[in-house]
Amino acid sequence: MTSSIPPANMGKRSSSEQGLDRVFFGLTRAFAIGIGLILLLIALVILFRALPAIAKFGLGFLFSGQWNPVNDVYGAWPLIYGTIVSSLVALVIAIPLGLGCAIFLSENFIPKNIRTVLTFLVELLAAVPSVVYGLWGIYVLIPFLDPIAQWLNKHFGWFPLFNTPASQAGGMLPAGVILAIMILPIITAISRDSLASLPPDLRQASFGLGATRWETIFRVLIPAAFSGIVGSIMLALGRAMGETMAVTMVIGNSNTVSSSILAPAYTISSRLANEFAEASGMQVSALMYAGLVLMLLTLVVNILADMIVNRVKAKYN
Amino acid sequence: MLTKKKSIAITLATVALGVASVTSQKSVPNAFADSPVPLKTRVQLTGAGATFPAPLYQNWFVMLNRKVPNLQVNYQGTGSGAGVEQFIKGTVDFAGSDVAMKDEEIAKVSKGGVLMLPVTAGEIVLAYEVPGVPKLRLSQATYVDIFLGKITNWNDPKIAKDNPGVKFPDLPITVVHRSDGSGTTAVFTQNLSEMSPEWKTKVGSGKSVQWPSGKFVGSKGNDGITATLKRTPGSIGYVEYGYAKTNKVNMAILGNKAGKFIEANEKIGSQTLAKVNLPANLRAFILNPSDPGAYPFVTYTWLLVHKQYDSPDKAVAIKAMIDYAINEGQSQSSALGYIPIPKVVRQKIAAAANAIDPSSPAYKITVK
Repeated sequence: MTSSIPPANMGKRSSSEQGLDRVFFGLTRAFAIGIGLILLLIALVILFRALPAIAKFGLGFLFSGQWNPVNDVYGAWPLIYGTIVSSLVALVIAIPLGLGCAIFLSENFIPKNIRTVLTFLVELLAAVPSVVYGLWGIYVLIPFLDPIAQWLNKHFGWFPLFNTPASQAGGMLPAGVILAIMILPIITAISRDSLASLPPDLRQASFGLGATRWETIFRVLIPAAFSGIVGSIMLALGRAMGETMAVTMVIGNSNTVSSSILAPAYTISSRLANEFAEASGMQVSALMYAGLVLMLLTLVVNILADMIVNRVKAKYN
Repeated sequence: MLTKKKSIAITLATVALGVASVTSQKSVPNAFADSPVPLKTRVQLTGAGATFPAPLYQNWFVMLNRKVPNLQVNYQGTGSGAGVEQFIKGTVDFAGSDVAMKDEEIAKVSKGGVLMLPVTAGEIVLAYEVPGVPKLRLSQATYVDIFLGKITNWNDPKIAKDNPGVKFPDLPITVVHRSDGSGTTAVFTQNLSEMSPEWKTKVGSGKSVQWPSGKFVGSKGNDGITATLKRTPGSIGYVEYGYAKTNKVNMAILGNKAGKFIEANEKIGSQTLAKVNLPANLRAFILNPSDPGAYPFVTYTWLLVHKQYDSPDKAVAIKAMIDYAINEGQSQSSALGYIPIPKVVRQKIAAAANAIDPSSPAYKITVK
């Protein structure tokens, strides 16, 4: 039988071909190393320029709430808090929405043509520039959220999340909602892809064993696509923590830590965007230190994601 | 960081274009022989810096280009700090700054040093949004206390005392400040420090400061503040007069050092400037002027140029630019919400700029 396959050109390859191979190998290796080097260089430059602030404030920088360019005293706690909480608010909104959307679009609830259109529309969300989201946030979202925020404060004011009067000038809630919309396409697209790429046997076997559609989705498909889904959420979290322009425009830029999501707040990237152009001396160094903290936060998020995915994989293998 | 990189890239691009246009135009040196400015070749000048005067400068330079077709001046509003930095590095021919230059920055400038020319000026106003209050008067003590976070509601008796007969709502005050580092914040906080020792020790002055706690929110740029003010009932914030004027926001009538209430406008601004004596280096900060007719927040903004340039053409071009700014340019400033500079100051600018080297071919600025 094997003789019917035409003999592959398995003989000695010409030297020019081998040369081309080597060049290609070298080139791709250079690209791979280059990307790593760029990241390393960025991290090093930031670290180098942050050194004066690291030497002066040490780890206390992470827990101090002062940001005083006049006296050159800096601390990033409200920024770190604002970055994490605004991203969490975004995730709380975006995960159920994005995951639900992904399940809906990967199942055959509606005709395929409509599904394609819907998928395309969700992915189009990613193409909107963030400054447009910011403007939309200022002129549409904040006025829209204002009565809701006031209602929350009036009826649930005893609850720490809503215990400040609504700030019409922007705050954590509009920032979280804007971020949720911005990260939706990431969660939806990647989760949908990983659900859609599951082998059809899996679903058929589940149905064959007598499982309903819902049991199949929640007990079989989602666990099987779990690594893809967690990956999408972590990518989205990274995007949310680093998002600058839209957040700066709606978060209220107030250097405070409040348990309430109705109060204005501040994030690391907003602070960088606001102050970098006119900063000098120790202020630049403190901003670099804050940037370094943001990089480390993102790194921690990625490591956590990897750990979660590995644990789940181990469970299902 | 991004914007800075971008601006540098843009500057580089314009410089490259400039070089290209110089070489292409050299073959026809006499194309613009009838121009009033003795330029041998087409010259392109690049400047960067303060955003506050940028609309005025850009307007000037377009008009100047119409008058002198072989002189093209570009100005990028990158922020005072970035402008000064680029000027010291030599990547721009001139810069704009709202806070002049510090002595240690001046020491770093090459090419014979720097001339600081106060070619225009502005006022800072307190814009507010209080339903049912079309006219608001605030004495110095009152607005200092508002920005210190000590007066937190519009029904405060201190505000009522400044405005007899006006009914104020029970509405919390939201103070809106610049979230980005800005010359406007620097000038505003410098004045507040002069007005109140408490402000000086608690907050101090700078391009960005640590604002008191309370209902304080930050917005980016004059436009960001205006947008926040318009949609937030009970808010008050500081913006450039020109910006407030074109965006039709309510401006408070402010008490000055002498206790008089003064409304911001170009005429008052000019009068306030005329009362200030400029030192030889033309760097003067007008802090809480004591004249009874003076508006409390008036500030110059400076054009920074070198005392020496590499080529006679460039020196002439810089002089032509200054000439236009202090003569024809002044009539455009009122329309755009800037304050025309008094004649005494313009004469000092002309005298300083005429010393720019190399001075041949002779080009002399005269104040009209």
